[in-house]
Amino acid sequence: MTTDTISDTPSTTSWLDALRKLLRQDSGLIPVLVALVLLVVYFEIRSSVFLQAANIANLFTQAAVYVLLAMAETWLLLLGEIDLSLGWASTGAGMLAGIYTNVQYGWPWPVAFLLGIVAAVIVAAVSGFLTVKFKVASFIVTLGMQLIVQGLVIYELDKVFQGGGVPVQNAVLRNLIAGDLTPTWSWIFVIAVVVGLSALAFVRRAKRKAAGLTAPALWKLVLRVVVIAAVGLFLGYIFSVNRGSFIAVTGVPFAVPIVFALVGLYSFILGRTKFGRYMYAIGGNAEAARRAGIPVDRYRIYAFMLGGFTAAIAGLMLISQLGGIASSSTDSTIVLYAVAGAVIGGVSLFGGRGRMVGAVLGGVILAVIKNGLTLIQLSGPAQYIVTGVVLIAAVLVDVVGRRSQQLAK
Amino acid sequence: MSETNSSTPDTTARPPMDNSGGGQPSVPLLALRGISKNFGPVQALQRVDLDIPAGQVTALVGDNGAGKSTLIKAIAGIYAPSSGTMMWNGQEVHPHTPRDAAALGIATVYQDLALCDNIDIVGNMFLGFEDTSAGALDEISMELKTVQTLKDLQVSTVKSVRQLVGSLSGGQRQAIAVARAVMRDARLVIMDEPTAALGVTQTANVLNLIKTLSSRGISVLVISHNLNDVFAVADRIAVMYLGNLVSNGPISKYDPSSTVELITTGASERVEPHPLHSFA
Ligand SMILES: Nc1ncnc2c1ncn2[C@@H]1O[C@H](COP(=O)(O)OP(=O)(O)O)[C@@H](O)[C@H]1O
Ligand SMILES: [Mg+2]
Repeated sequence: MTTDTISDTPSTTSWLDALRKLLRQDSGLIPVLVALVLLVVYFEIRSSVFLQAANIANLFTQAAVYVLLAMAETWLLLLGEIDLSLGWASTGAGMLAGIYTNVQYGWPWPVAFLLGIVAAVIVAAVSGFLTVKFKVASFIVTLGMQLIVQGLVIYELDKVFQGGGVPVQNAVLRNLIAGDLTPTWSWIFVIAVVVGLSALAFVRRAKRKAAGLTAPALWKLVLRVVVIAAVGLFLGYIFSVNRGSFIAVTGVPFAVPIVFALVGLYSFILGRTKFGRYMYAIGGNAEAARRAGIPVDRYRIYAFMLGGFTAAIAGLMLISQLGGIASSSTDSTIVLYAVAGAVIGGVSLFGGRGRMVGAVLGGVILAVIKNGLTLIQLSGPAQYIVTGVVLIAAVLVDVVGRRSQQLAK
Repeated sequence: MSETNSSTPDTTARPPMDNSGGGQPSVPLLALRGISKNFGPVQALQRVDLDIPAGQVTALVGDNGAGKSTLIKAIAGIYAPSSGTMMWNGQEVHPHTPRDAAALGIATVYQDLALCDNIDIVGNMFLGFEDTSAGALDEISMELKTVQTLKDLQVSTVKSVRQLVGSLSGGQRQAIAVARAVMRDARLVIMDEPTAALGVTQTANVLNLIKTLSSRGISVLVISHNLNDVFAVADRIAVMYLGNLVSNGPISKYDPSSTVELITTGASERVEPHPLHSFA
């Protein structure tokens, strides 16, 4: 009986096998981590400014929008869907929050933010509904939806406040990007994240051991904790250094804990709840999910809505970062960065494979490329080309991983 | 034309496979009466009568297009029969969905294997029925139960229950699909050509698994084109021909050549109406 595992896997060159095995297992984060480290090392060699406090803080706030958009698209890619309207939905959500917190309306910021979020979620839900109800490719539905939302947003931007665009006038909206935790709170945040992640890993291991199950080797866990602690302490230090020129600026930008909280929440949902399990199941084999009694169509619509919600948060960050939006400062290409960030982060275009943390790293890579190339005076065209190369490399990793998975059968 | 008498004296050269509890008359686990199904003008099933006793392996054989898959889909709640009744433990039932059927204890292991390649063995075993504690998946409980079920079914070929199903061989995937059904307390496991795509070793594994199921009191209804497999594991045979169930009974009444005759012509002098005649 035990010959079964040996008999049907054709043995080819061993390194190719090893590579396939690596890709088949869910090791999606290793390529993206390697890419990130290489990029950081390269830019630090080329520009001594890269790892300085001011630039790192800047990088983090630049990354927030990319990261959130990549996370938004991840909800869809995991199910084998795509939402091309997320870019404009995100801009629209930011615009609405900007308009109604403007002194002319003066709504309380939670209400204005909520309006933007609800609008984006409704748009996404409509796309999702049309996709599942009429069994059309989400690519086409959301392409249409993108044009509709684009039209509405530009119309509104050209009309509102006498066509001058929407300036950010609310302190909370501005501080999403521009505001910082105090140094004390910054350290509390960093230490809480490091201790929390480590404790979680050890508790999980202890529980498995207690139940008599195999547990990861202790050294692997310790190594992981050491790496997390090192990164945490480095960032904590970076953010505690004064990076202002006239007035002192220190502390972790508010955007960072917001993104961390969302990543933590999403990772928990995807990895530890039925809801997340069903998302993966639908992305992996929708028919199997249906036979297991999972309401597949409903979950598809949920995925669209979560994408819309996350894109709306990205939109709040976007308007906060830009200090306002006018029709001339809108950007139709940001949705492509959403898809690119997710795919670079190891989220499969074919559904069912990928993690939120991957999308975060993918978004960070996009920001690192943009930031680093600007520092070495290669912005603009070079940014497109390098991003394109990284994206294609990521897609190739995805395709090879998928193919080796099919070969295994 | 169906033949449900199981107390016919055994006169073939094969030793009887006595899993029927001495052959005393009892309510069959599943009894189909007059099941018909048409797809527009195509009459895929014509008044099928079939009893499936508890704890036995029934092989469903027949040529391509005979209606085997349609019959099991009717049992599994995928197609509603056009007419006829289905009795489960003597009670009339009408499963409308695969989930209805699963709730009764009827589990179907499909040809295309409804597993998610991107999810590990534990996740697939519990898909749609996950254990939770405080809102989160209870991975430890699910893993322990998975290990136990695979052990009970003597599935010893998987290295780790945490490996992705996509990395498993065809036979292993079959085993996982069956184990999933067993864990859901299936009383009847239906398999549509489980060994069609498998090599020699994996086929032997699946046949062993079928025997293990019946030894644990679980009925198996298995479609197969391979008469070697059929005669290796089945306690009973049911033959379909052009939508009709033309013959069924204990395997002792059949031999490969009479079975082939039934499959290809729908009748065999040697089995019916004179089932006493023996061929070794
Ligand atoms: N969904 C369907 N629609 C129309 N005809 C069907 C359908 N499914 C099966 N049939 C017909 O019913 C008959 C029996 O098919 P099937 O049950 O698949 O046979 P088997 O599994 O024995 O090869 C065939 O003539 C087939 O063409
Ligand atoms: Mg068939």
